Amino acid sequence: MKIAVCVKQVPAKDAPLHIAPDGTWIRETDISFEMNEPDSYALEEALRLKEKHGGEVVAVSLGPERAKQTLKEALAKGADRGLHIADEEFYRLDPLTAARALARALEPERCDLVLTGLQSEDHGFGQTGVLLAELLGLPHATIIMSIEVQNETLRLKRELEAGWFQWLELPLPAVLTIQSGINKVRYATLKGIMAAKKKEIRTLLRTELLPSFELTQKLERIYVPQKTKKTEFLQGPPKEVAAKLLEKLKHEARVLGSS
Amino acid sequence: MRILLIAEQRQGKWNKASLETLAAAQQLAAETGGRLVAALLGQGLRALAEELAGYQLDEVLLVEHELLEPYTADGFTAALRQLIEQETPELVLLPHTYQVRDFAPKLAAALGRGLVADCIGYRYETGRIVLVRQMFQGRTAADVTFAGAPPWLATLQSGAFRSDQLARGSRPAPVREVHVKLELEQIRVRPGELFREAKQAVDLTQAPVIVAVGRGIKEKENIALAEKLARLLGGELAASRPICDEGWLPMERQIGSSGQTVAPKLYIALGISGAIQHVVGMKGSRTIVAINKDPNAPIFEIADYGIVGDLFEIVPALNEALEQSASS
Repeated sequence: MKIAVCVKQVPAKDAPLHIAPDGTWIRETDISFEMNEPDSYALEEALRLKEKHGGEVVAVSLGPERAKQTLKEALAKGADRGLHIADEEFYRLDPLTAARALARALEPERCDLVLTGLQSEDHGFGQTGVLLAELLGLPHATIIMSIEVQNETLRLKRELEAGWFQWLELPLPAVLTIQSGINKVRYATLKGIMAAKKKEIRTLLRTELLPSFELTQKLERIYVPQKTKKTEFLQGPPKEVAAKLLEKLKHEARVLGSS
Repeated sequence: MRILLIAEQRQGKWNKASLETLAAAQQLAAETGGRLVAALLGQGLRALAEELAGYQLDEVLLVEHELLEPYTADGFTAALRQLIEQETPELVLLPHTYQVRDFAPKLAAALGRGLVADCIGYRYETGRIVLVRQMFQGRTAADVTFAGAPPWLATLQSGAFRSDQLARGSRPAPVREVHVKLELEQIRVRPGELFREAKQAVDLTQAPVIVAVGRGIKEKENIALAEKLARLLGGELAASRPICDEGWLPMERQIGSSGQTVAPKLYIALGISGAIQHVVGMKGSRTIVAINKDPNAPIFEIADYGIVGDLFEIVPALNEALEQSASS
């Protein structure tokens, strides 16, 4: 089974974010990046399917030069090769345009299965997988909690709201978006890291895959959101701040009994 | 502006985000001086369509077909594409539900149009709509506008608009049946029955106090600290999604868009950054306390009391103070 998995590189969760002068992205200097966590579950699922059914895992990432680091991480964990769609101005792309570039790169691969995470932790569009399905002409299912492959059919468990689930069947080839928490993500081993050095990362230029495009939506500006509530910040050493908080909760907010 | 609202129901019951989106659509129709039409897709939905027609809107479109029940992304996309091409709305509004997330991007790609997803607000200024959504897990907001020709599609986050502000019409709006062509071969997905994993043992919605932990708790062993605080306050322990994904607490204790929605009188968030997926499940709490080492964590935007600091120092101090006051 040939599986492509889309992995995005995003700012690390604890990275301090500062808005760039043009107001539509963040300053990338002095912050670290990591694999988008929802995508790491999709990668893990791809690796497990390969281990069970054989085949190949291709990790695909659209992003600037630094995105190669995330592809290397995917290779170190066990992906067989990487496909880097290079675009230094990736953050200007709307979801449909980014998906079109990904679809152009994936078309010639003729994969049995394309996996993505649920959404990215930077733009958070949450659309890439479903857009890809339509652009590649493949059936899809989203928010998947379990995958069984039976001949040419997928048996899937899909999560719905408020504790509900549903079983679905889907013919291969197909696109799936993977729910976070579906599996326990592995760490790269030293052996894996060494083996990754010999694996191929092929670079395709977005400008060649998709020379021209018309945006369907425009990110005007990003900004730190205004507070909707007035937060009272309590300060002091732990003991003091704890006493202050309990005092406030008893006598000001009146949500604790004042024993 | 011609606005089309896609309402969502399951087994004859509204998804409440549909009514919130309808409230937003009513506001927008009033501001833009537009026409508001709502569509309902499925089978056997006449009664529900009549109910929808009681709200202030211009028309209800009832799209019934045996291949629209149960829901499939293939069926809904094909039907909505026909509906949109026929009715030519400028703006298509949908609630940001799991079902909509499953088909709306496909519909947008099929139409070759933009979908601005998960909006938390909008502004109508100088003749154009500016949508507000979150980026970087709620650490920044973003203003987004549509580019290119209509129809434009947008989904609205659950809880972003209030359904209690829905206006009723002075007389029922007309309900029009719209016929769409669907073939069985178009539906590639075979949907099965809906089911629940297990009866939820804990009903967090009834807890007066909730102590919730997020990534900042760092290790499974540290949860005992929060558990003790919850016990001392007579409350329940809960968590954000990543903690349940790790298996440190069962899924039934998860608060947020994929877990439970709660509104206790006191909600204490420990090491929770405040990503929108979590916040939608707890922002209705009467008093919110946030303890986090990052002063810029979005959780502080909705907190009544905030402590910027190390929860591993502050929570033990809280526990100690509560134990002392209990024994004195």
